[in-house]
Order: sequence, then structure tokens, then C-alpha cells
Amino acid sequence: MNKVLVVTTLFCASTLVHAGGYRVSLQGQRAQGMGHTGVALTDSAESIFFNPGSTVLLDDDKEFIGGLNLLSATAKYQNVNTGASAETDSGIATPLNLYYNSKVSDSLSWGLGIYTPYGSSVKWPTDWAGSHLVNEIELASVFIQPTLGYRVSDTVSLGFGPTLVVGGVEFNRNLSTSLVDENGNRANVTLEASEVTSYGYNIGLLATATDRLNVGINYRSKVDLEARGESATFQNVPASLQGTFSNTTFDADLVLPAELTVGLAYELTDKMTFAFDVNRTYWSDYEELRIDFANAVPTSVNPRNYQDANTVRLGLSYERDPKWTLRGGYYIDKTPVRDGYFAPETPRPDSTGFTFGASYQRSPKLALDFSFLYLRFLETDNSYDFYVENNTTTPFEGTYLSNAYNFGFGLKYTY
Amino acid sequence: MKAKTQHLRNVACIAALTGVLAACDPEFNNPVTDNSSLSAGTADFSRFVALGDSLTAGFADGTVYTHGQENSFPAILAQQFAAVGGGAFTQPLMADNNGGLLLSGNPLPGFDQRLVLSGSPLAPTLSSGTPTTDVANILTGPFNNMGVPGAKSFHLGADGYGNLAGLLTVPATANPFFVRFAGAPNNSMVTDTLTQVPTFFTLWIGNNDTVSYATAGGTGVDQLGNTNPATYGASDLTDPTAFAGVYSGIVTALTANGAKGVLINLPDVTSIPYFTTVPFNAIPMDADTAAASNAAFAAYNGGIAGAGLPAAEVAQRTITFAAGQNALVIEDESLTDLSGFGLPSIRQATAADFVLLPSSSKIGTEATPGNPATVWGVGTALVDGDVLTEAEAALVTAANDAFNTTIANVANANPDLALFDAKAELARLASEGINYGSGIITTTFATGGGFSLDGVHPTARGYAVVANLIMDTIESSFGATLRRVDPGSYTTTFIE
Repeated sequence: MNKVLVVTTLFCASTLVHAGGYRVSLQGQRAQGMGHTGVALTDSAESIFFNPGSTVLLDDDKEFIGGLNLLSATAKYQNVNTGASAETDSGIATPLNLYYNSKVSDSLSWGLGIYTPYGSSVKWPTDWAGSHLVNEIELASVFIQPTLGYRVSDTVSLGFGPTLVVGGVEFNRNLSTSLVDENGNRANVTLEASEVTSYGYNIGLLATATDRLNVGINYRSKVDLEARGESATFQNVPASLQGTFSNTTFDADLVLPAELTVGLAYELTDKMTFAFDVNRTYWSDYEELRIDFANAVPTSVNPRNYQDANTVRLGLSYERDPKWTLRGGYYIDKTPVRDGYFAPETPRPDSTGFTFGASYQRSPKLALDFSFLYLRFLETDNSYDFYVENNTTTPFEGTYLSNAYNFGFGLKYTY
Repeated sequence: MKAKTQHLRNVACIAALTGVLAACDPEFNNPVTDNSSLSAGTADFSRFVALGDSLTAGFADGTVYTHGQENSFPAILAQQFAAVGGGAFTQPLMADNNGGLLLSGNPLPGFDQRLVLSGSPLAPTLSSGTPTTDVANILTGPFNNMGVPGAKSFHLGADGYGNLAGLLTVPATANPFFVRFAGAPNNSMVTDTLTQVPTFFTLWIGNNDTVSYATAGGTGVDQLGNTNPATYGASDLTDPTAFAGVYSGIVTALTANGAKGVLINLPDVTSIPYFTTVPFNAIPMDADTAAASNAAFAAYNGGIAGAGLPAAEVAQRTITFAAGQNALVIEDESLTDLSGFGLPSIRQATAADFVLLPSSSKIGTEATPGNPATVWGVGTALVDGDVLTEAEAALVTAANDAFNTTIANVANANPDLALFDAKAELARLASEGINYGSGIITTTFATGGGFSLDGVHPTARGYAVVANLIMDTIESSFGATLRRVDPGSYTTTFIE
């Protein structure tokens, strides 16, 4: 158990420094190459995440597969009426994933997955135009999932895994659009929560409809991260207000929403497989970000009112020769953010993703995986209309443009 | 086979690198940072001079200080003009961020350091900083910002308004803010402006012609019909005919060389928190206190009822209190003088009276400490200088309207002139606030973001909004295309 804690702490540390996007679809190099499809694929132990129902059908008795991503995301803001403009500092994030699967028999398997499906790293310039909403946010979560796979019949198999989730967040924003000390320094607050733990589960079913067609369904439960008694620190608070804005603790809940995936995989030829997934993410559980301070600082209530959103994914893999497999994919990711609720902590309008991937079978046991993702967000004019200051609702408007790209490297070892 | 693999790898690398380069820097369809679309239109901003009063100087929080000057509306305009041929913009900067003035090392009375919010609850307080700006330390110009706090319309052409010696005469004939930077002791502000041969100017003058009367609670004289400003007192209301003559003379001089400019009209006092913050019914009472107070005024009310006044004035002067918020008791010199009967000229305020901001600190306190019967606004009436009464406010509005008619006529008579309707914009600010895209400013005192702690002058953020609005006017009148500033990046009030 101590080892688990050490591992999670390490994961947290690395992803706290570098993560990207609140829901980051980078849970496997092979899936990544195919537009992050996988609910109906039986290609690798990445299925522990994509569909535990497939794990018992994997070819190899024992398989380890892991990947490292180098993700860079950029968001820009401008307002043509005020001339304001800002750009996030796009560091390199390194989401990781590790999966191990072992078949006990033809009808039973067990495995373990560690992956980071939710995270965010958005760093705007300090005191930028939207600094009363966010200066910077670092959100990270690590899921640890022991898994069982069971073959019910020749055509149907099931899988289930409980998830232990460890999350952390660091968030800084200015206290208002205007509060400064005598020298003009803007007062701000930093909220830090670390090693917040919670639980969930991942369950899936795979049906081999024909020799060539698989159909899969997967449900990953909602996870509520409940931060209690975490640290809130105030900076640049004028002396006259330090009695009110004194360092304290806070409570806040963050939801990592449930996700349902249905999809199919079809072998077009012996060498070519087509995959089609639809994810539905139940973002409507994210209603507001409420921060309760232990002292007299007023509770901060920020309506989010997200809506459920779908992502449609297409992928193709081609086994060029026994050594090289090439992959390509495309997806359309609809934003959960409603117009008027567009907060710059998550500058994510609708996006389209283009992915490429390849695997090189270096030896019968070892394969190397590569992937590339280019994620293009639509330019959007939007606003956050629910910020209230001095009893006056104060909208924050502008044009946003974001993109992200990711290089992924991985290896698969079987024995 | 190996060569082929190598080739494939190269292709993949190149494709990936191309993707990275495309991805590195997403570009907006219309980047706000793109200068190529900006233009001066028919205007020439190479020599821009701003002539006016405190609102041009960047006055805020009761004084001039460097931060306020750097964020004066002309300084903001000049910074945006720079992208379309605008030249250098020099300001007579104060020595520090404390504000306040010294004369030969001694504090100049009435010119204190800036106000900041301090204490609990927060209240405007003089900053602990010490003034170091000495009026006797005369700066070398010329200065593009020719804004002199306190200047009235007829001061702009007054020779000697910047003469140090004129500070010591009684009444003073000079203004310490202009003394600091006058080109020569006997130059007028207009002379110093014309010396620079401006190609473009803003003129915002006439505010003090009414505001100095209004902020004194109407204790000065309405000079309607007297066209000789030399005979005016400091708190008098300027005659509209005198204003018209002076104003058109200044504009004729400024435009003689073909300069283009923006004339800015004058906001109404009803848009300014100095007049609108303190409610007329600022006295809360419970039933017992109201009964006791009514008893205290019974003799006065009886006297008024028996004095043979018209019924309307009896009603106006009868003083009553009830549980809840109660109207302030105020002095009103326009009431029938009954001092012969021992009856003071007092009444209770109405929503049409404007109780001045400074009186908020004395309302509810005891005029004679220890004597609860002398509470200001109840047992002791607020004095004439505490309130701009309905009748006095009407005089201010009439004069202001007349000045604005003059300004509009002068602007309309010359195609080289644009008119910025500050009165309408401040009325909008007062009624609904101005949403500048990343926030809102209102006229709410101390917290609204629009007005500084003196209650009369904008904050830096307020000046930034004004500058953006003036740019709208310049664009529509002169075909220019200018980049706006982000008001949200400018300060409002400072807390100590």
C-alpha cells in the first residue's frame, strides 16, 4: 500500500506540473493513433481503460503496455472592443498511462491500469484581462484501476474494475476586477488541494457479433473529488482588509463526470480495421464551482451549468507488414460549455482532432508505439456572464482560439 | 526494405514537424494586435495638445499624482495615436504618487495628498505619503497636457494665471498647478497651447464654471447677466453669455492653423457621486427616537403653523419623524426669513435635494459633543454648504445646459471639430453603468470603479473608458481607425 501511495504521489507531482485540458483524451498510444477509439478493439491492454470487457480476449497471456505523452496546448484571448489580448503559457504536459493484463484462463483475466483522464493546465499572464476569473489552474487526477475480465460465452465477455482516484488542484485568481493595495498590486487568492481521494468504477461489455465485427459498450462512473480543509492563501491584500482576507482553509467539490461509450470495430480486410466510437460525457453534473472558505471570506459561487456532450471518433489501422502497423483517426469533440458560461479556466469550444500513429514490432515480445495528435478548436466569440462584483453582474467577453498537439511514445511487452 | 523504412520515418517526421509549426501559433481571423488596419483618417496627430481642467490633467482622489497623470485620458489617447503618426506627449508630471502641493517647502493649504480607502469599515482617508511636489520648482515645457485643475473657461485666456506671485495676492490670481509649468510667468494657458502649434487638440472646459458652485452647496452667486468674470467669486456660477464669448474665442484661436479637434461637453451634476451618494433620508430612527424628536420640534412646528405662511410653505417646513428612514433637516436660505420670530430657515430634505458627499462624515454625529439634541441632520440642521438644494441644482442645470448648447453650436459650425457628448455618457454611467467588455463601471461611490475617492473625478479606469469613447468620436468624425485600450487593466480606487 505504501508503494501505491508513493507511485500516486509521483504521478500527481508530474501531472500537477504538466497536464492539459479538463478531460484529456490520451489514454493509450494505439487508441490515440486511431482517433482515440477502442471500445470495440481487442488489440492491447489499453482495453483496461477503453473497455474492460475486452481484456479477456487479448492475444497474449501477459502483456504490459505503457505510454508517455508530450502535450502542448495554447489558448489565446482577445477583445476587439478593448484591444485586450493574452495567450496562455503553453508548457509541455506529460500525461502517462500504464496497463498490465494477465490471462488466468481463456475465460478469466486480471489486470491493473494507471491513467490520467482528467487534468488541466491553463496559465494566463498574471493580471491579464480575465484575471478576476483565473490567473492559472493546474488540475491533475490519477486513476488506479484493478480489473477483472470474464468471458461469459463465445460471443460475450464482461469486465469490471473499481477505480481509486487521487486528485489535486492549484488555482489562482485575483480577488476582483479592481482590488489593489496602495501601490497598485492586485490582490489574489491561491487555492491548493492535494491528494484528494475518491472512488469510482469502470465496467464494459464486448460482443463479437461476427468474425469481423465487434461491438462494445463501456461505462466509467462519475467521481466526486471532495476537497476538505485545503489551503487558501491570499496575496497583496491591503492592510485594511487583512482581517477579512486572512489565510484560511476551504472546501470545494469537483466532479469528474461519468462517460458512456458505445462503438464498433470492423475488419475491412485481414490487415485493415475500422473503428467507430461515440462517447457521451455526463458533464451536466458539473453545475457550479463553489468554494467555501472557513473564515469570513464570502463563499465563491461560480455557475458552470455544463451540458452533456458527445464525441464522435473514427479510426483506421493498417498492418502494412509484420513489423509496421499504421494508424489514422479523426474526431469531433463537442464542448460541454454553454454560451454565456465560457470561463477562461477551460477555454474549450468545439474541436476536431486529427491523429496518426504507428507501431513497430521490434521483436516478437517488444513493440514500440508512436502517436501524434493535432487538436484544433474553433475560434469562438463567447462570454462568462455570471461573475458578480459589488452586486453587479459583470460579464467577461472576448474571442478565444485554442489548439493542442501531442507526441506520444509507448512500448508494449508481451510474454 | 530498410531504405524504405527510413524513407517512411522521414516522411512521418516532416509531417509531424509541419503539424507542430502550424499548431504552435494559432492566429485569430482578425488579430487585435494587427497594426495594418489602423489609420489616422483625415486627422493629423503629430502634435496633439489637450487643453482643459482637472479632467484633462488626470486629477483623481482629490489631487494630481503621477499614476493619475500617466492614465489621464489625453495620455491614453496619445499612446493610441502613436500607432498612427502621433508624436511625443509630454506631461507636467508631479514629483511623486502622493499628490498634494508644497510652496517653497511648506504644505500649500487646500492641496492635500491623495485619498485612499483605509480603516474598518473602509473609508476615504488622506494617504500617509508626504507631498514633495513644490510649486516653486518650475518645470520646463512645452507640455502637451495643458490640463489645469480648478481652471474655469475664462481662466484659459488669463495672463498671469501661472505667475507664482499671483498665488500670494488676495484673492489669488494664479493657480498653483499652472504655476508649476507655465511657459512664462505671464503666459496664459491658451498662449502656451498655441506656442506648440497643435495639429490636433481636445478641449474640455467649463466644468468648474458650474461644479465649483455646486460643490460649495450653492453658497456662491449665480452670475447670470453679469458678463464680467473679473468680478466673480471662486464659487460663483458663470454667466452663459460670458462663457459663450470666452469659449468661441478659445476655439477660434485653436483652429486658426487648421488644427482638428474634439470638443467635450459638460456632464450634469446628477451624474456625479459627490452629489448622489448621500441619500436625502439618511437618518434611521426607531419609534421612540422619532417620538422624542417630534416632541423636540413641536414648538418650531407650532411657530411655523402660526406665522401666516402660505399652506405650501407650512407643509414644506413642518418637521416630522417616523420609525424608519427619515429626511435630513437642512438649512434653506430661500425660505421666508422668520428669524425675527426666532424661527430658523430650515426644512426636511427631499429627493430633489443633493446632499454633498463630505457631509456624510458628520450626519448623525453630535454638533455639540455629548448633547444628543444636537445631532447633525436632526437637532442641528445641515448648513447651506452641505446641500445643493433643488432650487440651486436647477440653476446649475440651466447654466450647464446653456454651456452645452454653446459647445454644440461651436462644434457644429466647423467641420474640423467633433463633439464628444460626455454628458450623455456620464448619464449612461450613472443610470446603468458602462460595460466595457471585461467588466462594468458604475458611479457607485468607492466601489463602482468609475469615480475616484473625491467623488467628482474618474478613476484611471474611468478615464480609460472615456478615452475609448472619445476614440469612437474621432473615428466617426475623422475616418480614423484606432485601437482601444482595456479599461480592466487600469486601476480604480486604492486601499491602504
